[in-house]
Amino acid sequence: MSDVSLPVAGGKSGGKPGRDWLWMLALLIGPLLAALALGGLILLAMGVNPLSYYAFVVERSILRPSGLEATLTRMGPLLLIAASLIVAFRAGIWNLGGDGQFLLAAVMVAAMTPLMHEAGMPVWLVLVTGLLTGAVIGAAWSVLPALLKAFQGINEIITTLMMSFLGVSFANVLVKLAFLDPATTTPQTRTLPVEARLPRLFDTTVSSGLLIGLVVVVLVHLMMTRTAFGMRLRVVGANPRAAVHAGLSVPKLTIAVFAISAALAGLSGAVDILGTQGNVRADWNPAYSLTVVPLVFLARLNGFGSIAYVFLFSALTIGGESAARRLGVPSFFSLVIVALLLITLGLAEYADKRRRARARQ
Amino acid sequence: MQSPVGAAVSEPPATPGPVVALKGLTKRFPGVIANNNVSAQIFPGEVHVLLGENGAGKSTLVGMLSGLQQPDQGHIEIGGARVTVTSPRHALSLGIGTVFQHSMLVPSLSVVDNFTLGGTWWKRPDREGQAARIVETAARLGLRVDPFALVSTLSLGERQQVEILRALMRGSRCLILDEATAMLTPHEAVSLGELMRRLVAEGLAIIFITHKLNEALAYGDRISVLRLGKNAGEIGPQELRAQTDAGNTARIIALMFGAGSGSAAGEGAPRSGREPGPLVLEVAGLTAGAGRIPLQNATFSVHRGEILGLAGIDGNGQKELAEALSGQVPSAGSVRLNGREIGGMTVGGRRAAGLRYVTDDRLGEGTVGAFPVAVNFLLKEIGSTPFWQKGLEKPQAIRAQAEEHVKNFDIRTPGVQTPVGKLSGGNIQKVLLARELTGSAEAVIFAKPTYGLDVQNIRATRDRIREAAEAGKAVLLISTDLDELLELADRIAVIDRGRIRGIVDNDARARDAIGRLMSAGEEP
Ligand SMILES: Nc1ncnc2c1ncn2[C@@H]1O[C@H](COP(=O)(O)OP(=O)(O)OP(=O)(O)O)[C@@H](O)[C@H]1O
Ligand SMILES: [Mg+2]
Repeated sequence: MSDVSLPVAGGKSGGKPGRDWLWMLALLIGPLLAALALGGLILLAMGVNPLSYYAFVVERSILRPSGLEATLTRMGPLLLIAASLIVAFRAGIWNLGGDGQFLLAAVMVAAMTPLMHEAGMPVWLVLVTGLLTGAVIGAAWSVLPALLKAFQGINEIITTLMMSFLGVSFANVLVKLAFLDPATTTPQTRTLPVEARLPRLFDTTVSSGLLIGLVVVVLVHLMMTRTAFGMRLRVVGANPRAAVHAGLSVPKLTIAVFAISAALAGLSGAVDILGTQGNVRADWNPAYSLTVVPLVFLARLNGFGSIAYVFLFSALTIGGESAARRLGVPSFFSLVIVALLLITLGLAEYADKRRRARARQ
Repeated sequence: MQSPVGAAVSEPPATPGPVVALKGLTKRFPGVIANNNVSAQIFPGEVHVLLGENGAGKSTLVGMLSGLQQPDQGHIEIGGARVTVTSPRHALSLGIGTVFQHSMLVPSLSVVDNFTLGGTWWKRPDREGQAARIVETAARLGLRVDPFALVSTLSLGERQQVEILRALMRGSRCLILDEATAMLTPHEAVSLGELMRRLVAEGLAIIFITHKLNEALAYGDRISVLRLGKNAGEIGPQELRAQTDAGNTARIIALMFGAGSGSAAGEGAPRSGREPGPLVLEVAGLTAGAGRIPLQNATFSVHRGEILGLAGIDGNGQKELAEALSGQVPSAGSVRLNGREIGGMTVGGRRAAGLRYVTDDRLGEGTVGAFPVAVNFLLKEIGSTPFWQKGLEKPQAIRAQAEEHVKNFDIRTPGVQTPVGKLSGGNIQKVLLARELTGSAEAVIFAKPTYGLDVQNIRATRDRIREAAEAGKAVLLISTDLDELLELADRIAVIDRGRIRGIVDNDARARDAIGRLMSAGEEP
């Protein structure tokens, strides 16, 4: 987790420029095609025609307007999670507790905002309070791991994962015991009416959560690469001893990273509730955080790369959910594709290294 | 696989040919040709000295031999057979052991665990047996090594000793020492030299990289000089013996730096006793228990324009003292800068107050290896104008200052955006010096500032230290090189096992007095 270099800075290997360009393209597209092909083999083994599956997924998630809108809407919370992870990982801190931070924030927002709306508060105030609450709850759930890491040096992988389990269970308990909607028989919170949710973009059904996600990811990217604060965080991430030697306050920066990262995870929960879900059902846990971890690594912790991968993943899951109903392929098949993509991209990188080594001979 | 020293070298090869031959090796990095068609032959029973200025390509050359890097052109022959050395592990199996310029030990493990790391993975390592062998071999070589000490608690010099020991214990036919003596005290360096002579007498071949010409002449059988990545010349055993030391030195200097630079190593005049200025740095009862050698009750002061030297064998509390002064470890006692107590301040606060610390752990804490040279110049000033404005980075300003530094300090780098970890050892040191000697400072701590530098850069660096003092700074110069202290310092303190044993004026009797203080410290 020390050196996050972008591989696309190439062009130094031998050969003609035209061929280099083609090679770069092959490096980007090849692994994707390979992952889809391998996934196709798995589908074949399951007795599903891969071509019709992929065609169905593309049709449902991108080509059909309602599908594309769902895909774009799903991107909002995922992008916020990606931003949360980029801040933490670039600073060398493994905040793997995003799921607990997300879910607790979602539950609190889902419990609060319908009541505020019923009480007659203006919609914009409900939304702003909801977003802020989500961020604060997310950040609050990271206080313990943050303090333990900053002042005792206790490994945050373990503490954040443990806090995440606690958070998810606690959120469930809250839904079932404290925030139960008395009007329904299914265990869930009250529902925020559609007219009080995040506004839709233009004439579509795309939630403005997408906009929040895009803006935040780009801001986080610029913060990490262009500002003094981001530079300090990257120094801590790349060489903590150099950070101490340079006089940076490593504990303070560690706490700041936890606060930002967890607040963004919480914000993601708020956006999902205020934009899409409207309520939280008992036992609901989309586990976005752990699924987005591989995506941000595929994107090399680059904000713009993350947007592309999140789009791809979002389309895969939206299409995959429809396909699950129609073709009987489990909806988590999209995770299988992501896993295959990780492997094929790793292989592509290895092939690229070999090629560069050979080019130098 | 870990046979004791000598087992693998007990029978010298039947043929008198070279153990290792480097044939026309070329290695390019983006922006530089580090090695350009370099050839050399390494014979058994010889210490082959590799000389060259900072960035000449010495580390790159031995890096290819030890499997760290692959040549772009040319090839390597070992025992007459052409080989491709794929990794340091492979090199070891071919009988080539290397002690690299930068420590390759795992700091969080103990010495003995570092030794057993290469062992068979499914076998439980025999720690006790290995520890016993370490102690035994160390004793034979005249080194003192605690096999159960954590590597992170060892000083750089001690780590290097451990690495020499490890390479030897794995049964090498050819041992590469990349600036292995740079961290040693003169006494330790002499015993290492004697050790090298003993080993080559048994038939081992040694490649010895150094910047100290006296060592090269004292222990070397054959000298190769690299200049700008090319073979500049070789002096064989007969020639070396036929000439006087002075003649050899002049010839080597000419090879290293080109003709007309014969006076590069000219001695600077020793500092004469001048009137001391007002007190700048006052340290009283400074105690720090965090390191391996607890610092006890250090009391001294440095005047304006004065250089206080700190002599002592490496690993006797110098690092602890420097870190306590700079605020990197908690300490008790008083540190005053211009009369103001700074002992309770943070690292950043002390720096802002005017205290600078040039660390000797250049890659470990001095720089972030993966970051560009330009950023490393500003590592201690992130967020300051004009390089950042309202918290936003100003790439032009950063670049302009970096180019200025590169020019002023003669830093050999392909560009200011090159990751600093890719520079040669000496050039990384110049990056550090450029960073610490720029801007205003009241007091500067130098920890082994010239280690790893070539003669010309040592000259330039010592001049800069002298200039710093003349510009009114108080300088604390920590060095294991007594000659350096005698040349630069006004007064010299001696540290031994965490205590300052005494402070003497740098006059004609200083050398004896320091020797007495050092040996007095040896008594219980
Ligand atoms: N991994 C690398 N990537 C890019 N450039 C490199 C790399 N390693 C070395 N270089 C460059 O190659 C040149 C030779 O470096 P090398 O480390 O071999 O010098 P050296 O003779 O050992 O110098 P020193 O005495 O300062 O240690 C330098 O200009 C250095 O910047
Ligand atoms: Mg070197």
